[in-house]
Amino acid sequence: MIEAFVILVTIVVMGIVLAAVRTGTLREKYAALWIVIAVAVLVLAVFPSLLTVLAVWFGVQVPSNLLFAAAIILLLGVSLQLSLTVSMLESHTRTLAEEVALLHAAVKRLQDMNQ
Amino acid sequence: MRDSLKVLVIMPAWNEAVVIGDTLAALRKSMPDLDVLVVNDGSTDNTAQIAAEAGATVLTLPYNMGVGGAMRLGYKYAYRNGYDQAIQLDADGQHDPADIAKILDGLDHADISIGARFADAGAYKVHGPRKWAMTILAWAISRLARTHLTDTTSGFRACNRRGIEQYVDNYPAEYLGDTIESLVLAIRAGCTVTQVPVSMKPRQGGSPSNGPLKSTVYLIRAVFALLINMTKPVGGRLS
Repeated sequence: MIEAFVILVTIVVMGIVLAAVRTGTLREKYAALWIVIAVAVLVLAVFPSLLTVLAVWFGVQVPSNLLFAAAIILLLGVSLQLSLTVSMLESHTRTLAEEVALLHAAVKRLQDMNQ
Repeated sequence: MRDSLKVLVIMPAWNEAVVIGDTLAALRKSMPDLDVLVVNDGSTDNTAQIAAEAGATVLTLPYNMGVGGAMRLGYKYAYRNGYDQAIQLDADGQHDPADIAKILDGLDHADISIGARFADAGAYKVHGPRKWAMTILAWAISRLARTHLTDTTSGFRACNRRGIEQYVDNYPAEYLGDTIESLVLAIRAGCTVTQVPVSMKPRQGGSPSNGPLKSTVYLIRAVFALLINMTKPVGGRLS
């Protein structure tokens, strides 16, 4: 039952991500990570024994802890990527704002000259 | 020598309507021939209008960016309009326009000239964590610049064409970017620095940034800014 629920949620999330990429509201470079995560969760939901195998292989005693650790690392990566992106956007808007201010002054000077 | 040079006064202003008129009038009175650029940093009052009526060129940023952001725009304007020298001046009247000539004279033998508030003139005093921060910064940046500097966080400073070009390439918009970061990056890009003693007047309006907690945060961020800027890659045409 729980497997069915996880599979359903994963498919819905994947559908939303893909639809967003199609309509251009989500850039492919940000969607990629979410799709990878969704596929991984889907595989684990279909073959739950895989998690136990992985846990033994990694030397983790409780399989669910492997899942939690992986989730934390992935989310850390995502939020770091977002911080980097926000910083980049900030520097872009800053440059644009500077150009707007310069252009605004230049336009006003031209208008004053023509009057 | 200065008569042939194009000199720009850059004045960042954020909601300074109460004081900027007097500051510009005092500036006009003591240095009538200088071009004045007011960078209106997203003010919600009529700072821009007052500045324009006082005869200054006004650039209006669409939203508030902080002193660092406003200064970078000022230097970009100076760069694109071919100015030989630029000097920063606070809008709140703390900087005495009578000192401008002195600071510009400092550019005869350095790329950046800082109006230092502790260097014997005036009665500018700070205490506690803020003082420690200023002392540490002055010591570290003096070593970096290979010259004796006592006040590295002064916003009353001038630079020549080389400094302007360097600022446009590297001018930072971070916290304290307008003072420490810009200075460290400029020195590392090969600019020379000197300081000139100036007096500071009390603020004509607005509220100063003080208080022990704020000062401690200032200390921590200042030291962080210093350390991070020692390691930043320095780009631009000079390096």
